[in-house]
Amino acid sequence: MRAVDALMECLKAEGVDVVFGLPGGANLPTYDAFYDAGIRHILVRHEAGGGHAAEGYAKATGKVGVSLGTSGPGATNLVTPICDAMMDSVPVVFLTGQVRTELLGTDGFQEADMIGITMPIVKHSFMIQHPLEIPRTLHEAFHIARTGRPGPVVVDIPQDLSRADIPYEPVDDVHLPGYQPTTEGNQKQIRIAAKALASARRPVIYAGGGVVSGNAAAELLELATADRFPVTCTIMGLGGFPAPHDQWLGMLGMHGLRAANYAIDEADLIVAVGARFDDRITGKLSEFAPRAKFIHIDVDPAEISKNVPAHIPIVGDAKNILPRLTAEYRAQAPDPARLEEWWSRIRTWRERHPLGFGDSADSEIKPQFMVKALYEATGGDAIVTSDVGQHQMWAAQYYNFLQPRRWINSGGLGTMGFGLPAAMGAKVGCPDQTVVCIAGDGSVQMNMQELATCAQEGIDIKVFIMNNGYLGMVRQWQELFWDKRYSQVDMGQWPDFVKLAEAYGATGIRLQDKTTLVTDMQAAIATPGPVLVDVRVTREENTYPMIAPGAAARDMVG
Amino acid sequence: MTTVGEPGTKEVLSLDELEAVSGLRTGRKHILAILVENKPGVLTRIAGLFARRGFNIDTLAVGPTDDETVSRITLTLDGAVHPIDQVTKQLHKLVNVLKIRDLEPGETLARELALFKVSADGAARAEVMQICEIFRAKVVDVTKRSVIVEVTGDCEKVDAFEALVRPFGLIEMARTGEIAISRGRSET
Repeated sequence: MRAVDALMECLKAEGVDVVFGLPGGANLPTYDAFYDAGIRHILVRHEAGGGHAAEGYAKATGKVGVSLGTSGPGATNLVTPICDAMMDSVPVVFLTGQVRTELLGTDGFQEADMIGITMPIVKHSFMIQHPLEIPRTLHEAFHIARTGRPGPVVVDIPQDLSRADIPYEPVDDVHLPGYQPTTEGNQKQIRIAAKALASARRPVIYAGGGVVSGNAAAELLELATADRFPVTCTIMGLGGFPAPHDQWLGMLGMHGLRAANYAIDEADLIVAVGARFDDRITGKLSEFAPRAKFIHIDVDPAEISKNVPAHIPIVGDAKNILPRLTAEYRAQAPDPARLEEWWSRIRTWRERHPLGFGDSADSEIKPQFMVKALYEATGGDAIVTSDVGQHQMWAAQYYNFLQPRRWINSGGLGTMGFGLPAAMGAKVGCPDQTVVCIAGDGSVQMNMQELATCAQEGIDIKVFIMNNGYLGMVRQWQELFWDKRYSQVDMGQWPDFVKLAEAYGATGIRLQDKTTLVTDMQAAIATPGPVLVDVRVTREENTYPMIAPGAAARDMVG
Repeated sequence: MTTVGEPGTKEVLSLDELEAVSGLRTGRKHILAILVENKPGVLTRIAGLFARRGFNIDTLAVGPTDDETVSRITLTLDGAVHPIDQVTKQLHKLVNVLKIRDLEPGETLARELALFKVSADGAARAEVMQICEIFRAKVVDVTKRSVIVEVTGDCEKVDAFEALVRPFGLIEMARTGEIAISRGRSET
């Protein structure tokens, strides 16, 4: 059969039921194979939209997302999603077309060295050299994307090789001698960690995206409740621990809660699970958690001691390690009363610094109020995607996530324009869930075109634009740190999002009254098909609290 | 890391006893022997990783091994500047990297080959020849006004040779960078 038909068989064998892509010259053979392969193909309007949709799909379902583009510009349009997937450890296989092998290296039409361009931002990549390699390579790509610390894998397929006639035999094993992730976790280290926990008086569990992508939320809850360990999550880890829980401190980091940041600051033992001590978490590194010892659990050994030296490193899958750590901890039979003093300190912070904002006296919608209203309108039970900026931080602060895989955002790379296509992918992966996107008026315009895809395919997403007419986070920094010299942040009231939505074949709604916001949002969610809601909010509101850049966590402002 | 507390006992572990393992800067030269799959682009992946993470390669030598599907990269870098554990951990993440060994200086045989073109006429030539003899270096080309000398040895020996012939007028020099192998029966 043709190599491209074998490729379809491989996709099916990997359980792929949907892909996101856009055809072009170099991947014409692949698209001919899609014609009757029986795999749902969603025709996006820009490859970046397809890439982020595949990420949204992967984050919502836990399965590997698939995104396609042609050679040259089609492939380079995928660079941002690839980098985004790398930073946030999202399993996505990117299949890019490439020019015919005889044209390689000649600057042929639509030729771009995709392997070279993406080398620093992939978990791995494959350039197909021979048609016979295609089936095995594809399975290797899925295996690498899905296992260990997940990530993006690029497979670049020259057009002529994909047309070749090859004997196809199903591949049921992969052989990658240089790729053997450690998943078990060393029992001796786990025992030492349990002892450290048993003697800690001011412990904090600091959970990251690894808890979500490693499907270890239940195991984390088990450990946390084996005693009364306070838990905080990074923005990637939200939903990894139920937000309403009594032991939940809230998010930590630059726009985290004071209770969480202060607890980290005063902790004597920090248990980092699937987290990587990003600069948005640590603030000034030399003053991060100065009194603490660190247990660091991560499937990627290179994360351990990269930014913060670990005292007890445990390499492996959180899902394997946490239950054993819990069991070892229980065997220590420590005195739970030793944490009383710590909790009374935490309670003081909670009482003194609750999360809050000055609400408007009239009908004006404060952005924080908007997130709370959306929480109410969705019953707190929706998949929420976001773009990047102030709205993302408010969403993270005020939408209390109960479960993992409900909060889908671009944390590491901070990609504006991520939210709308990610919502599209999440909805395709989880058709029975309510999927909303909290977007910024700046961000949403970066992948707006996918509304057409949603309209055409009947993908029922509800996009709520937190519209303040500004690139809000940049404006906030200019206000706070650059003497209020607002340089190129005012976006005014363009475009008219309601008319634009209608032009795309979606429903457009404008909301500007606080008093009816919840019911108006409910009505928008109940409207069939894709809906774009332009919510006009206070123009100059700042995201607080905040650790100023380069400052220590204990010096939070706002 | 320092092991504290006997695993499996109920002995309480004091947090004060814990020592952190951190980005280890050893302050010495490291020779990494890296076995990689012999596939296109592997060297680029390694070079790119070093550039991206801000690690400096001092020398790099690549060649075949007894297994044609495997190449051997010998790479030296300064452990005073780079956290060597981060370097090896990041290298291990490359799918095409099969094995890395941070060779112990005392247990390692390291050699490089160097070619020196030295201006040497008249009396100077005899002196250069004398130095060559001491270093067991070979004169491989002679003209009226210059000689080319081939030296093998570890990099300190080659450095020493260079220092001695430089005053005569070093026209140019080429060095391969060290290759290394562990002493004794065991495999790298």
